[in-house]
Amino acid sequence: MTLEVDIVHRLGAFRLEARFESDGRLVALFGHSGSGKTSLINLIGGLARPDEGRIVVDGRVLADVEAGIFVPAHKRRIGYVFQDARLFPHLTVSQNLRYGRFFTPVAERYADFDAVVGLLGVKHLLDRRPGLLSGGEKQRVAIGRALIASPRLILMDEPLASLDEARKAEILPFIERLRDETGIPMVYVSHSVAEVARLATHVVALSGGRVAARGPAGSVLPRLDRAVAGDRDEASALIELEMVAPDDGYGLSLLRSAAGEWRLPRVDAPAGARLRVRVRARDVMVATHRPQGISALNVLGARITAVASDDGPQALVRLDHGGDELVARVTRRSVEALALSPGREVFAVVKAVTFDPAGTAAAPAAR
Amino acid sequence: MSWWLELSPAEWDAVRLSIRVSIWATVASLPLGIAVAWVLARKEFWGKAALNGLVHLPLILPPVVTGYLLLLTFGRRGPVGALLEQHLGIVFSFRWTGAALACAVMAFPLMVRAIRLSIEAVDRRLEAAAGTLGASPPLVFATVTLPLIAPGIITGMILAFAKAMGEFGATITFVSNIPGETQTLPSAIYTFTQVPGGNAGAMRLTLVSIVIAMAALVASEALARRVARRLDVA
Repeated sequence: MTLEVDIVHRLGAFRLEARFESDGRLVALFGHSGSGKTSLINLIGGLARPDEGRIVVDGRVLADVEAGIFVPAHKRRIGYVFQDARLFPHLTVSQNLRYGRFFTPVAERYADFDAVVGLLGVKHLLDRRPGLLSGGEKQRVAIGRALIASPRLILMDEPLASLDEARKAEILPFIERLRDETGIPMVYVSHSVAEVARLATHVVALSGGRVAARGPAGSVLPRLDRAVAGDRDEASALIELEMVAPDDGYGLSLLRSAAGEWRLPRVDAPAGARLRVRVRARDVMVATHRPQGISALNVLGARITAVASDDGPQALVRLDHGGDELVARVTRRSVEALALSPGREVFAVVKAVTFDPAGTAAAPAAR
Repeated sequence: MSWWLELSPAEWDAVRLSIRVSIWATVASLPLGIAVAWVLARKEFWGKAALNGLVHLPLILPPVVTGYLLLLTFGRRGPVGALLEQHLGIVFSFRWTGAALACAVMAFPLMVRAIRLSIEAVDRRLEAAAGTLGASPPLVFATVTLPLIAPGIITGMILAFAKAMGEFGATITFVSNIPGETQTLPSAIYTFTQVPGGNAGAMRLTLVSIVIAMAALVASEALARRVARRLDVA
């Protein structure tokens, strides 16, 4: 899928001005509330008209203000999963799921009802009414409803935001399977770095109605702190690790990167699996000598590629660890005391217990 | 069984006519009622206040005035009445159809009000969701909006039916009080009260009115509850 957005849209005093292209399989629109991300997918979905500019999906012009083109939502064949599910209360789950299929031309119905029901695990709910479902079940049915309409693109507006952690953990694997097994392109709106790190192949970060950063997830996530004001603690690196041993006898998993070994709290994945792990900058320490007698389990050789500091007390150190990029949040004082500068060989130290399980996931299958 | 509870053929005529007139008045005005309620609930346009006023006018005008205006407009010599008779062969004046028209006009504000309130209560985000699933606006209305406002439509129809059953002033002014043609229940009761010894007849028809009104109310409550239960087992 290619998505081209170049629009200006005003909502009262708020001005959204976004311009980007993306060909990702799962593009995350990341930003804080009020950054314009929901407005942006409403424009892509056809629920709002841009004031200026154009939106093109896979070469099909959906909106072009200058040319006077506006394809209404019901003709776009873009699925939309809303934060609040929005299931039809007067229909059963089964009727909800089939609703969109009814309006899809027969030749374009690629989604198989039974396959989607199986994928989302909602078979036992088919005869119920939406009012009786839990939040997680509602959201799964909403995803299924969008999917069975055989859309060209699926938009998701914070589909997990109204759910508790357990329900989130229940739905995330379904979205991963959707990304890897169905091949339907998705645009996923979120303000959660953990979700973005886990799901996105590409990221568009919005701040104050403008695109602050965009690109492949691995290259945008380390820059989120500078891209999005106030996200100082959210800078992180995404690295791919290969599972060596799921359990080392202490409840830890042993994994391998190109240049070192990692121990993480136990991850459920078979040996040989590729995992994508988010390493937050504030969880990484920098040492100029290999530390001795230290409880932290991950001590990794690395070379400093850049040191960025502003007027504040902190600095961000970028590290090259055998081709994988890591970022470390340290104080400006330490940068001076240890003379950290580009080119210097150091050790990155990461405590195993700091890993956030929500940021560890199966790596998107290569295509 | 006391003799005075048995209805005479003429009284049965009045009962049957009233029910027919009320059902026609309710059913025939329903599509227009839904359309007007939808326009008032959803659209902003020049003259909206005027339309709203026009719809509500029969509620506040003396019924005799409404009846007289109907006579002027829909009578055989009236501008609309003459056209309808010429081109479609429809005659309202001094026919039961005229009684149905008078009842429909008088009941219209009540029907529109109930339906309008239910349309305003519909979650428009559900309609937007239906749009993203490929439903065009008319289909969104048919498959989402209409089922969701069903309780309001039922309420509106029952209110309109009850109002039509009781309509007197506009009907008698427009189509007079012709037994077997335009003499509805209220007109028949009125006639009984105007003749010596008519008390028993007036009482019989009064009881019939009460029974019909209660039956309609109970039926509507049951129906509305059933529909509402289907909607929000929330």
